[in-house]
Formats: sequence, structure tokens, C-alpha cells
Amino acid sequence: MRARVLVKPKAGILDPQGQAVQRALPALGFTGVTDVHVGRMIELDVQDPARLPEICERLLTNPLIEDYEIVSADPPAPTTASA
Amino acid sequence: MKFGVIRFPGSCDEVDAQLACQRVGEAEILWHADRDLRGVDAVVVPGGFSYGDYLRAGAIARFAPVMVEVAEFARAGGLVLGICNGFQVLCEAGLLPGALLDNANLRFVFRQVSLVVVSSDSPFTRACEPDRPLSIPVKHMTGCYYAPPELLRGLQERDQVLLRYAPGHNPNGSLRDIAGVCNAARNVFGLMPHPEHAVDPLTGSIDGLAIFQSIRAAVADRLAV
Repeated sequence: MRARVLVKPKAGILDPQGQAVQRALPALGFTGVTDVHVGRMIELDVQDPARLPEICERLLTNPLIEDYEIVSADPPAPTTASA
Repeated sequence: MKFGVIRFPGSCDEVDAQLACQRVGEAEILWHADRDLRGVDAVVVPGGFSYGDYLRAGAIARFAPVMVEVAEFARAGGLVLGICNGFQVLCEAGLLPGALLDNANLRFVFRQVSLVVVSSDSPFTRACEPDRPLSIPVKHMTGCYYAPPELLRGLQERDQVLLRYAPGHNPNGSLRDIAGVCNAARNVFGLMPHPEHAVDPLTGSIDGLAIFQSIRAAVADRLAV
């Protein structure tokens, strides 16, 4: 499985990068954007997706300060070519 | 007594730490890939950018072979001091409570700060004079101390916050001005400021020596038992 792990700061944790981006947007004329958070995305191929949560909690994130979400990034199954 | 100072790929303060330790005892460098602490009496995890700080500061270094030995050493009551990146490594390794976030102002800070010794009841601060602040430099990008509310309460109740930035000196947005914390057993201590850079009058302050003198005194007491 090709997985994408999306990591972002836990709710309530100071996110100065998100704040800086949010403050920069109106300067470019993009108004009405709130609640900006900056995290990171880690893409990986895993043989056993059941192990992903453990991988996330032990290395990819620090559970004290970060939340994560696992998203499948498998390419769509090839459609059978018709004759 | 003998200190061991760990060198990871990307460490940059291990030589200063070794020189600071050598003002109060012997000190040798320990290599990150060796599962061997060579019989040292105390371990220093120094500052720098171990393993490039990839993923998160300290996140990769905690898996270094030498850290297996450091964890074992700490469990057995051995004294472990983490400075800056070393503090981050010890938090990531679960040997210290809490985590370090990017500085609140997103800038690298490099300045002399004044520190309040909250508790001298530890092997790392026992030589500090009560009510006398320490002048020690900080230099970091990821030094904003964070602990969730319950943990923070526990730390304060158990007197685990050993150092705070003096009012107006918090350089990074750390919660409650926390500059250094120890574990519940009080034998592992981490701080963001660099005591090893404040041991010679040439650099403006020798207040950092008190940390190394404290460790020496604590080890001497233990060896005398």
C-alpha cells in the first residue's frame, strides 16, 4: 500500500507557522481564510498497512504535540482494456 | 569522576561540553554508534543538530545505539544531562517529560539570558546559590517548552522545573518560562540554555560551571557511599 501520513500540530498547540501563513494571506488580497495550520506529509509504501499506526506513533509523529491521519495514495486500479 | 559526552553526526557542542566537564573532572567523547558508555559516571547529551534534525529535532538520534545504553544508565539512576539538542533528544526518547516546539517567533534566538534557579534540590543544581540568577546563553530554533496541562501541573507539584527564564528573558515562548526540567527520579535533566558556553570569563559569564560542579558533587557523594 502507498500511504500518505498527514501530520499537524494538535489542536490548541501553538502553531506559529500556521499563524504566519494566515497573516500573510490578506497581504496578497486573500481574505476570509482562517484557522491555517502547517504540518507535513510523509509518503511511504508499506507491505503491512496494519502497522502504520504504530509507525506513526513511534517515529513519524510525536503524539504529545501532533495528530496524524493516514490516507491511501494507491493509484486507481487499472481498468480492463476492452478488446 | 569521568563524564561521557555523546557525539552524534551533526552534534556541534560536544567539544565545548567536554572542555566544560574537564574543568571539574575527566571527560571523553562517546560515539553514537557504540553501545558502550565506557564506565563513565555521568552522561552529557550535547547541543547541535543530530542527524540533521530530520523529521523533528532529536527524533532520529533517540534511536542511536548509544541511546539504548543511556536509557539503561538512566533507569539505573545514572546522571544524564541534555543540553539544547540533547534536551530535545531526551524528550523524544521519553527520558524527560514534555516536548520542544519551534520558537514562538519562528526565529533562531542567540542571546545571553538570565535564569532563575527554581530548585537547587537536584544533582544538577545543588551547587547553585539560591536567589542568584544564572547568566547563560541560548542559541536555538526549537526551544519552546511544551507540556499538556496535566503534565505541567504534575511537573510543578513534583518540583521538576529546575530552571526558568527570568521575567522578560523568555526567548522562545516556553510555557511558564520553563528553561529546564528533570525527570521524576531527578537523575535526568534537560535545558535549552548552554551552561558549557558559560565557563570562562572570556565569554562573559562563568555561571554555567555551577551545573557541572553540581554533577561532580553529586557523583562524589554517590561514590563515597
